[in-house]
Amino acid sequence: MRWVTAVPGRRGAFLLGAAPLLVLALGYVIASAARHSGNAADKILPLPSAMVSAMAGLVFEQDRLSGQYLFWADTLASLGRLAAGLGIATLSALLVGLVLGALPRVRATLGPLVTAIAVIPPIALLPILFITFGLGETAKVALIVIGIAPFMIRDLAGHIAALPREQVIKALTLGANSWGVVLRVALPQALPRLFEGLRLSLGPAWVFLISAEAIAADVGLGYRIFLVRRYLAMDVIIPYVAWIALLAVAMDLALSRSSRRLFGWAHGAAR
Amino acid sequence: MAFLALKNIWVEYGEKVVLERISLDIDEGAFVSIIGPSGAGKSSLLRVILGQEVPTRGTISLEGAALPAECGPDRGVVFQRYSVFPHLTVLGNVLLGLEFAAAPFAARLFGSARRAAIAEAEAMLESVGLADAKDLYPAQMSGGMQQRLAIAQALIKRPRILLLDEPFGALDPGIRADMHGLITRLWREHGLTIIMVTHDIKEAFGLGTRVLTLDKRRHDPHAPHRYGAGVVYDLALTRKESAHALPPIPAEAAGITIDTIGNN
Repeated sequence: MRWVTAVPGRRGAFLLGAAPLLVLALGYVIASAARHSGNAADKILPLPSAMVSAMAGLVFEQDRLSGQYLFWADTLASLGRLAAGLGIATLSALLVGLVLGALPRVRATLGPLVTAIAVIPPIALLPILFITFGLGETAKVALIVIGIAPFMIRDLAGHIAALPREQVIKALTLGANSWGVVLRVALPQALPRLFEGLRLSLGPAWVFLISAEAIAADVGLGYRIFLVRRYLAMDVIIPYVAWIALLAVAMDLALSRSSRRLFGWAHGAAR
Repeated sequence: MAFLALKNIWVEYGEKVVLERISLDIDEGAFVSIIGPSGAGKSSLLRVILGQEVPTRGTISLEGAALPAECGPDRGVVFQRYSVFPHLTVLGNVLLGLEFAAAPFAARLFGSARRAAIAEAEAMLESVGLADAKDLYPAQMSGGMQQRLAIAQALIKRPRILLLDEPFGALDPGIRADMHGLITRLWREHGLTIIMVTHDIKEAFGLGTRVLTLDKRRHDPHAPHRYGAGVVYDLALTRKESAHALPPIPAEAAGITIDTIGNN
């Protein structure tokens, strides 16, 4: 068996995938134990038990100041901002990307503008957003939208523009007008690509969310991480980062599952 | 008056002349095969007739009325590839033409109109032999089945003219013979006027009632782009019965569209 042709089975792939994660966890525990044997008060690599007790306070106990369960309040706030940002970005990507891809005149008019916006580093715009929208939720959502929408628009427009010319011609010979081509030819073929673009944008969206929360927020996962950093509270930071990773993986999985379910035709004949 | 008349058509891309002085009269019910070397402008001519491309000079008229230079339902087309929509089922692909016509804004049909359209589409699928495949997606079908679907999809609009751009070029020989039988039968049943571009000379002579050969009449070795291609041979095939590639002609269809008078 050659390395390039040896494909693991379902079980094998699961075990192979789990192994590095287990090694990482085990390595951490060993390193943590080693540090604690030298200094029982070590804060840099907290023991799992320390993380559990620190998190229990945030998850199960009300904060004395605000009366909130901080972990859940943070999660809800961050997911709300993320959902708003992703939703607005996805909707605008669908609308703008569709007309940009399907209508050459619109592409000639707006294409350079979208490209110009896309090359600006979004974080550089954050001060402008804070000045314009204040320090509230709007600026944070706007950062996510500005950060990912141009990429999604360009990706979708490129995909639509690259649809075989024959499809458009064929639709016209079937009696379609431009609207009909957009509605029945371009739009349905744009949707699976939109899901794909959204999946790829999840990573950047989280980056912009955490950045915005780190700079100006009073609740949120990113806010909490940067707040407790002052106390070297690795026993909170590490579980929070793991929780963010878990949320991101769950979102990615949900998107890929629903794309397969909704657009079976786009995922090969294995339906 | 000719059914489809091309008068002095020129197609130029900048300096490059692709087609020059194409004048043709095509009779209703003709099956015209266009052959010629690669780059001789066969597909350009087809695109001009389709309305996808505007000729640099010249006019095209259908029954005396000038044809608009845009694609419309009066001219159906089947390309070698990408003729069917990957996101629609077989039935959906055929329904699409009926939906565009009946619902200009929603481009969808509902209720009894939809049931009537489905019945019509299913009858069309039956006639191209895809009745059992109506719920499949194109990616699940062979190349031959996809071309059957592309033909059914075009014919549901009852086009006056059906344009075929190397429709069977990507198929293997056995399937190709089946498709030849199918297109001949549909041509007779629907009284179609067909213009087919092909690389396969045997196919051109086997199917056509008239064979056009495009090639450059003149050639300047220092400026090969200066002269375009024209029609160098225009052959009327009057004895279709002897063509061995054809299936037997059904008794009731015989004589309807067989060209016995010469088409040019």
